[in-house]
Amino acid sequence: METNYEFFVDQSRCIGCQACVQACGECGTHRGTPMIHLEFVDRSASVQTAPVVCMHCEDPTCAKVCPADAIKQDDNGVVMSAAKPRCVACSNCVMACPFGVPKMKVEFELMMKCDMCYDRTSVGKKPMCATVCPSGALYYGPREYIEKHRTEQPINEFDFGGQKVKTKVNLMTAPEVKSFPFDVADFLPWEAQERDPLSLARAGVPDAADNAIWNEDVIAHPESEGTPV
Amino acid sequence: MASLIYSEEEYIAQYGPTPNDTPVNGWDSREPDKLVKTHCCFCGVQCGIQLKVKDDKVIGFEPWEEFPVNQGKLCPKGVKRYLQNEHPDRLVDPLIRTENGYREANWDEALNQTADAVRRIQSKYGKDAFAFLGGASMTNEKAYLNGKFARVALGTANIDYNGRLCMVSAGAANKMAFGVDRAANPWSDIPNAKVIILTGTNLAECFPILTDYVWRARDNGAKIIVIDPRITPIARTADLFLPVRPGRDSALAHGLLHQLIKNDWIDERFIEDHTNGFEATRELVEKYTPSLTEKITGVPAATIAKAAEFWGLAETSMLLHARGIEHHTKGVENVLSYINLVLATGRIGKPGSGYGTITGQGNGQGGREHGQRCNQLPGGRDINDQGHRNEIAEFWGLPESELPGEGLTACEIINDIEDGKIKGLISISFNPLVSIPDSKRTRKALEKLEFFAAIDFFMSETARYADIVLAGSLQEEDEGTVTTGEGRCVRLRNSVPPAGNARRDWEIICDLADRLGKGDHFDFSNSEQIFDELTKASQGGPIDYGGMSYGKIEANMGVFWPCPTTDHPGTPRLFEGGKFFHSDGRARFHAFDYRPPAEDVDHDYPIFFTSGRVVSQYLSGTQTRRIGGLVDQYPEPLCEIHPLLAARLGVFDGEVIRVVTRRGSMSLPAQIVKSIRPDTIFIPYHWPGKKAANQLTNRALDPISKIPEFKVCACRIEKLEGKTNPKMN
Repeated sequence: METNYEFFVDQSRCIGCQACVQACGECGTHRGTPMIHLEFVDRSASVQTAPVVCMHCEDPTCAKVCPADAIKQDDNGVVMSAAKPRCVACSNCVMACPFGVPKMKVEFELMMKCDMCYDRTSVGKKPMCATVCPSGALYYGPREYIEKHRTEQPINEFDFGGQKVKTKVNLMTAPEVKSFPFDVADFLPWEAQERDPLSLARAGVPDAADNAIWNEDVIAHPESEGTPV
Repeated sequence: MASLIYSEEEYIAQYGPTPNDTPVNGWDSREPDKLVKTHCCFCGVQCGIQLKVKDDKVIGFEPWEEFPVNQGKLCPKGVKRYLQNEHPDRLVDPLIRTENGYREANWDEALNQTADAVRRIQSKYGKDAFAFLGGASMTNEKAYLNGKFARVALGTANIDYNGRLCMVSAGAANKMAFGVDRAANPWSDIPNAKVIILTGTNLAECFPILTDYVWRARDNGAKIIVIDPRITPIARTADLFLPVRPGRDSALAHGLLHQLIKNDWIDERFIEDHTNGFEATRELVEKYTPSLTEKITGVPAATIAKAAEFWGLAETSMLLHARGIEHHTKGVENVLSYINLVLATGRIGKPGSGYGTITGQGNGQGGREHGQRCNQLPGGRDINDQGHRNEIAEFWGLPESELPGEGLTACEIINDIEDGKIKGLISISFNPLVSIPDSKRTRKALEKLEFFAAIDFFMSETARYADIVLAGSLQEEDEGTVTTGEGRCVRLRNSVPPAGNARRDWEIICDLADRLGKGDHFDFSNSEQIFDELTKASQGGPIDYGGMSYGKIEANMGVFWPCPTTDHPGTPRLFEGGKFFHSDGRARFHAFDYRPPAEDVDHDYPIFFTSGRVVSQYLSGTQTRRIGGLVDQYPEPLCEIHPLLAARLGVFDGEVIRVVTRRGSMSLPAQIVKSIRPDTIFIPYHWPGKKAANQLTNRALDPISKIPEFKVCACRIEKLEGKTNPKMN
């Protein structure tokens, strides 16, 4: 097995053909049910589509919130679908995953999600979706290929409102981007430990007028005449 | 005689289309006995694929990563193609029509009746009153055999094929410009181009694998220019998008050439040394200033100038097109006008520089090379050329006088059936009721036939009109070769035997020939023997397979023609050193002035109508409308309409509207999208009956190629008050 192979997703290359969706269902253990998601972002506005595979987090939120300990990681960091004997179909993982990957299959009372084609990758093959993808939107191979041939850069660190998530799967994005925040809050220089929205306005405000407005005494005791510090 | 015997519902209940979702033995126990390295049965890319075979049944697929063209990549059609095998709709016996419906027959009976009908009609009305229609999804072997069968066994001039609806405009133009009909470059040249023009090709949906080639070029710094009335998936991230008004392509090409000449971005030396006819072309495009070109084409003058600058200043370039510029009454002129851009800059026959039409059908290239066309003999020979006629007549062991002359093209054959001049028909792998424009007239024609035999593996909408249905073979049930859109002849492997009592197509044809008294000309016991005869027949012709063999093709993962001798490696790139195939070795410019489409918009029909494909369906859908996953992906036709036009008409997303042309009308849901010109609507054409886009299209033909004008006609939209599609709301 090529242990240095990695998964790279470049949504800008996706042509929406659904070869990945059709092929995912063909993967040995999926029995016709695709685990990859592919949607038009807004077909009325654009032909842009977005494929989503499990990002295989280093410290997977889905597993952390699972009350039945049904979601396991293998030695290579692949996060599995819920184990059938354990899964209680509570959907905690569905709601907790920052990427929206796990889906509750009500008919099986089981959470199912992309397992990076465990049955294929564990015997040295590429995942089905990345093998067939005709546009290079899904690529599985050595990082050197990506570095040599692509102008976009792979990242695998994401910020979700203070939660830093490091993933096994890489997302291609603009050069110079090192990690990808999804929330405006993650672009801001928080100084307080707690994410107090008002602390943003307070910290380092230079002029007296703003100071007057945001003086803690004023906020705490609005009826009193706070004086600038 | 050939009217329908069942209701639509009864046909569907008996013969489908039934969407097949599940592999033959279910999802478990899919460990195959063997993996067969072969190719996809759909488009002209012919991706390599491995079919999983167990107990003589195809149970799945496995990517074939070693095949160099697609390296394991596939589109959704390729992924699911295995589900056509062991399909519940599969025809497994010959069928003979009776007053009470079809009955299963034995082969002797079905073939004898067919041969009797041929003799009866030909003795009464003449040889040419019996026609043969073939298909370009079939192997080279079958294309060759069809041509030989029609000329030698039927003795009819009237043989043509469904490639007439596909790439004949490109074929004719290529012969006129270069002296030969083949893409000039292997696809491996695409990533080395510094500018790529994609004109009239919905490349990402119709040839998805080539997307990766285009984007590797972009990774290398290429500029991508897409010319199309719609922002297709390949256009979404293009460097330049030229939203051409339907039916104006040659004018746009002239406008681009005008800019190249004006800015001296042409290769005078190449033009002087390797081409003829430039002066007349230069004079013609003089008037196509950016502002005039904008007026005709609807593309902003500044965008035209920018595209010319990208093309003009590039070191290497590829120009690729498909049906978008070919499906016109000036399809040949459109193609020639774009070829002018390639010749003027001298960028052809070099690494990373060249030109190609991307063939749409599985054997779109090979299917048009070996004599299945009404004006052609094997080896790409011309049926009107005395020398060529003598060569083939001698090869086939006939007096030259017995070799029929040029016959009618596919649409003209249907016209002549409608007019009562052609009385009998054998068709194979062709579904004209869905695929030919003006389907009302096609239906009328089929009803007029005195005798019709259809060879097919599913009961296509056209085969429903047949007196005798001969159960033929799927692609995976036979050996053979096909020649891909880049001119690479590849090997198809027999994976499983034909289902039930169905037979291989070539066996059916040979047995029919035998019953028509010509068995000695069709004494083949396998496909390889047919291929070997084909290669000899092609030897010395413009399209020379003389040095090819199954072994050589397999060992090299395909061989590019020309390959005249056994020690010849094949020819991936044509025209190296500026050597073209005309007798003087020079290419030709052509100066055809722009002219409007056969039917332009007017007061009564103010909107352009255009048609095309979706990624999950293939041609008339005979195969892909029977595969569940593909049906789910895009179940029925939608009418793409821009929000500005929708607002003007008061149409909401999902509302069922009626689209009306001078030929007919159809009702379907509107899909409101910003990805289409506001003066144009689009409907994909893969469905039959009331869902057929070809109820609307115009059967006007290109005077040279005889291709119909699928890509532009005039329509209007009518509201159906109170009707909405519940699926869309």
